[in-house]
Amino acid sequence: MTMDFQYTILIPILLFFSFVYNILWGRTRSPKIAGLISTTTILIAAVLSYYTAYQYFFNVGLVNGSYEKIIAFKMVWLHFSDTLVVDMGILLDPISIMMLVVVTTISSMVHIYSFGYMHGDDGFARFYAFLSLFSFSMLGLVVSSNIFQMYIFWELVGVSSFLLIGYYYQKPSAVAAAKKAFIVTRFADLGFLVGILLISYVTGSLDFAVLTDPNGPVMLQGASLGFMGLSVMTWALILIFIGGAGKSAMFPFHIWLPDAMEGPTPVSALIHAATMVVAGVYLVARLFPLFHIAAPNAQYVVLAVGGFTSLFAAVIAITQIDIKRVLAFSTLSQLGYMMAALGASGYGAEEGIGYTASMWHLFTHAMFKALLFLGAGSIIHAVHSNNMTDMGGLRKYMPITHITFLIGTLAIAGIPPFAGFFSKDEILVALHQSSHFWYWVEVITAGLTAFYMFRLYFNVFWGENRHYHHKPHESSLSMTFPLMFLAFMAIVSGGFFMFDFGAFISSNLVPYDIHIHWDIAGLSIFVALIGISLAAMLYLKPSGISTKMATALGPVYKATYNKFYFDEIYLFVTHKIIFNLIARPSAWFDRHVVDGFMNMLAWITNFVSGSIKGLQSGQLQHYAMSFVSGAVALALFFLYFMTR
Amino acid sequence: MIDGIGLQEILIVSTIMFFLGIYGFFTRKNLITILMSIELILNSVNINFVAFNKYLYPNLMQGHFFSLFVIAIAAAEAAVAIAIIIDLFRNIKTIDVEKVSSMKN
Amino acid sequence: MDILSLLIVVPVLTILAIAFTKNYKQVRVIAAIGTGIQLFQSFNLVWQYLQERAAGNTAIMVFTKSYIWFEKFNIKYDIGVDGISVALIALTGIIVTAGVYASWGVKEQAKEFFIWLLLLATGVFGFFIAIDLFTMFVFYEIAVIPMYLLIGVWGSGKKEYSAMKLTLMLMGASAILLVAIIGLYIYSNPQGGPLTWNILELANVTMPIEMQRIFFPMAFVGFGALGALFPFHTWSPDGHASAPTAVSMLHAGVLMKLGGYGALRIAVGLMPEAAQEQAWFFMILTAFGAVYGAFGAIMQTDLKYINAYSSVSHLAMILFAILMFNATAMNGAVLQMISHGFITALFFSLIGMIYGRTHTRDIYKMGGLMKVMPILAGTYMVASFASLGLPGFSAFVAEMTIFVGAFQHPDLFHRVATILVASSIVVTAVYILRAAGILLMGPIKNDEFKSLGDALWYEKVTLIVLIGSITVMGMAPLWLSDMIMKSLTPMLQGFVTL
Repeated sequence: MTMDFQYTILIPILLFFSFVYNILWGRTRSPKIAGLISTTTILIAAVLSYYTAYQYFFNVGLVNGSYEKIIAFKMVWLHFSDTLVVDMGILLDPISIMMLVVVTTISSMVHIYSFGYMHGDDGFARFYAFLSLFSFSMLGLVVSSNIFQMYIFWELVGVSSFLLIGYYYQKPSAVAAAKKAFIVTRFADLGFLVGILLISYVTGSLDFAVLTDPNGPVMLQGASLGFMGLSVMTWALILIFIGGAGKSAMFPFHIWLPDAMEGPTPVSALIHAATMVVAGVYLVARLFPLFHIAAPNAQYVVLAVGGFTSLFAAVIAITQIDIKRVLAFSTLSQLGYMMAALGASGYGAEEGIGYTASMWHLFTHAMFKALLFLGAGSIIHAVHSNNMTDMGGLRKYMPITHITFLIGTLAIAGIPPFAGFFSKDEILVALHQSSHFWYWVEVITAGLTAFYMFRLYFNVFWGENRHYHHKPHESSLSMTFPLMFLAFMAIVSGGFFMFDFGAFISSNLVPYDIHIHWDIAGLSIFVALIGISLAAMLYLKPSGISTKMATALGPVYKATYNKFYFDEIYLFVTHKIIFNLIARPSAWFDRHVVDGFMNMLAWITNFVSGSIKGLQSGQLQHYAMSFVSGAVALALFFLYFMTR
Repeated sequence: MIDGIGLQEILIVSTIMFFLGIYGFFTRKNLITILMSIELILNSVNINFVAFNKYLYPNLMQGHFFSLFVIAIAAAEAAVAIAIIIDLFRNIKTIDVEKVSSMKN
Repeated sequence: MDILSLLIVVPVLTILAIAFTKNYKQVRVIAAIGTGIQLFQSFNLVWQYLQERAAGNTAIMVFTKSYIWFEKFNIKYDIGVDGISVALIALTGIIVTAGVYASWGVKEQAKEFFIWLLLLATGVFGFFIAIDLFTMFVFYEIAVIPMYLLIGVWGSGKKEYSAMKLTLMLMGASAILLVAIIGLYIYSNPQGGPLTWNILELANVTMPIEMQRIFFPMAFVGFGALGALFPFHTWSPDGHASAPTAVSMLHAGVLMKLGGYGALRIAVGLMPEAAQEQAWFFMILTAFGAVYGAFGAIMQTDLKYINAYSSVSHLAMILFAILMFNATAMNGAVLQMISHGFITALFFSLIGMIYGRTHTRDIYKMGGLMKVMPILAGTYMVASFASLGLPGFSAFVAEMTIFVGAFQHPDLFHRVATILVASSIVVTAVYILRAAGILLMGPIKNDEFKSLGDALWYEKVTLIVLIGSITVMGMAPLWLSDMIMKSLTPMLQGFVTL
């Protein structure tokens, strides 16, 4: 049975109109209207997405035992040549539909939440306009039917992120963070672009349908056309992965994400935790057959980068004091999990458990991380500070925030029956099948995750009571409703309802059953519990142990606290080396050498003319003298020659 | 035809006049004398025209006509030049060529 | 009167009408009417052209007319257009209109200002419709000369120096160019018989390769200097910095495109063999220029210098793409001409408007303008995004087409050069965001700026026209790209490979 999915074009288009309206007229109308327009459109988009998901999974369902890839809409956008065509299209398959649901859900919650959080801000309309722009671009990205279309929306989400990080544009740190985020991702996108160019050259197509067909001719490209020991396809995929790593803030492009926390907290929840940063994971998942079949080396790069990032970020997260930064590093770490799962996955139903697990973790992580960020926003709203040293004992003042935050924390720590447990368990299973080294790395990371999250939780909600200037109070309903909704999702998206995630998403579109592997799950629960008890020991009651430990560790602690000095290294490279050794000299060279040469030509002309201009005295008699002497000389000359 | 005076003698006279004119034109600073020198040059040419016509082509009249033209033009030129000189004198109280340089630079 | 000649006649009539006006108000109204008609004509031409093609006219040039005006040397007033020139005529129409509104505030010697401005426009229109090399050259000179007066009289800063430098360098380049054009003419009929200046006829003639080797670099450098080919670009930063707003807009927006257009149609189009032989050398220059211009822009503090260096970088991409000798890259080159025309005109008009308020162009003296003048600042932000090649704006389409085209060459040299050029988009992001960050964001540095006003109605007209063009081209590029692509096909037959 085929369905007409053409209406799905409305999902992004509505948001685009909302953006255009708000950016052009929002400023002059009441801020409420701007907020309502954006919120209404995203809610409509959410409803449409749920409807699409229902239709796709339950009405169309399986065709010959697997899900179909449906092109719901397609139009030619640009011809590069006869064969290389950029389409604007809508591709519906299980992962794009899952992403539609995730993006519209989280975005709706953030829209509602922002009514309370951004209340009274004079850029209210602008804020909602940018949110709409972001939602539009993100939805356009997930439904892309063409890798170039994805690149287009990829850049657009980048710019929405720039605009929203720099939302408080009068704050220099926000402007710097926005620039940093944009430029770092842009640099990574250069890799993506070159990767696309390579792929377009090698395969002659930009269409996902052609590129990811596991039996298609493209898959054979992996063996041919080598460069430096790896096939061109491997290079192309590694370059594309660089783009994905930039957007998903994988090591070594991770530096922009913590700074991006300068943006308003709802933005951090939406863009820098739940949706945009998973675009890199989504990109790899989208091209997964290509990675796995045509370029296993590139897939190993994905695994290594993902695995390393997750451990690296978790270590840094332990020492951070700013609660949003802890969450940011935790996001990095979780994204690393997703990448590692994709890197470890095989292709097929059961073998592709890593793929399913990665997408599942993407889903659950979006829910609980958005919850944690929005919770953090609620805390910051009440305390007016980002630092956990200014907080403590908040459980009495903010009960709803407290409970929902606890649910989020348990979910990320991987305690059953909360969502994170199930998805993380599947990732560990996939890693266990593929590589024992990375399996143990991720098990350790799981313990660290539980530790730093509970460190955060205890520090904020337990610990010692601070003296607050204003007594903190629970946030308004517009802020607590999204918290409660997401807390609900953080519970149910794991075990109870969605345990058959494999029934929806698998690497080859064939559904299968997922089982809990209690041997692996048991170990991860055990590790998580160790982490939690350690955190409880150190931070539940005020104690000096943690400070003593920090002092004892000395330089290690300091290096970790300073994020291993990566920011400083990048700053050194950009400001000292690129600015001073390339940009400044080339500006100087241009003004003084190239232009100097032109000026020198002019000067020479001037000089020569100056030295002979004395001849042109303006005195008629001088001219006459030269004329007559010339005439006489000529006359004598001719006489001399003629008489010979 | 005057005995003993041939074309050669007349040419000598006109040559002397011509170079006197040239000399005057080079060395005088006064515009009026420069003008006079030019008249000398022109008239030396006139003498040549007439003399050649007379001695070489006595049947033709072109030489005479030409010298008449030169005289007419010299008159016109003198009128224009003197007008300019008078105007110059009125404006800057000098007719020294080396001082008349306000158009320069 | 045929549709193409009207494109020159209307500005000339406007000039005549302006000559009879009494005050600056009448001048600008007449200029606005004249350019309005011109804009309508340009769009009409695009429409007529598409109709003509849809009706099945497959001639290389359509709407051709030919009147002889110098019989002895067979110089003709030959006119005709294809997709490339039609697109560039539309660009010129839009920028001239925007330029007139951007100079709405010119009150001193307004009559002369608009006369010279329109004369410049006449030259540009004439250049794009001419297909006779000599006529083309005449129009080229008509377009370049008014620049001297416009900068020298109405400019700011070191205006005499800049005007002189610009004119001398461009004159020098056009002298070289003239030699190349005469060379093309002399060798236009190797079998003997009448010689020709007509581009279409010249395209069918193969010039001896030894001669091509001499004349190709001359023609390429001659046009390249106008198109800011490194190292002949140094007139452009000074010239733009000194020029009044509308002149910068027209100059960077349109006049510099004559260089790319000429390099494409004459240098590469008529001497393909030598072009392929010598491409490697010019590719190094242009690829270097693209990155070098971008790095040069990072350290500038004057808004106009930033934009001028950015133009050097973006225009280098045009010449780079032309040297790729395939339809995709050349299509990208033409798209980039149009796109850069709009974007740089938008930038220069904004800089003019900001300068008119703050009386400084030093970015470090300004800051937080977003708070004071949200429309101008927001538009500046849009222009910045457009310039750094964000999807949805025209530059993205153009740059991507160039890169995809350039990547069709599989050898290492082309690959490295292409990646080098592509890397300039990252550097572009750096300097664009740096400038925008310092200028528009952060705290307001000067209290006097707090009372400055936002855009006035005529400024809004300029901005809307330009932003509209940029976004339309960026969001729906297909018709434009296809129109250009079809016109490139006949030109590419001269190339051996690809």
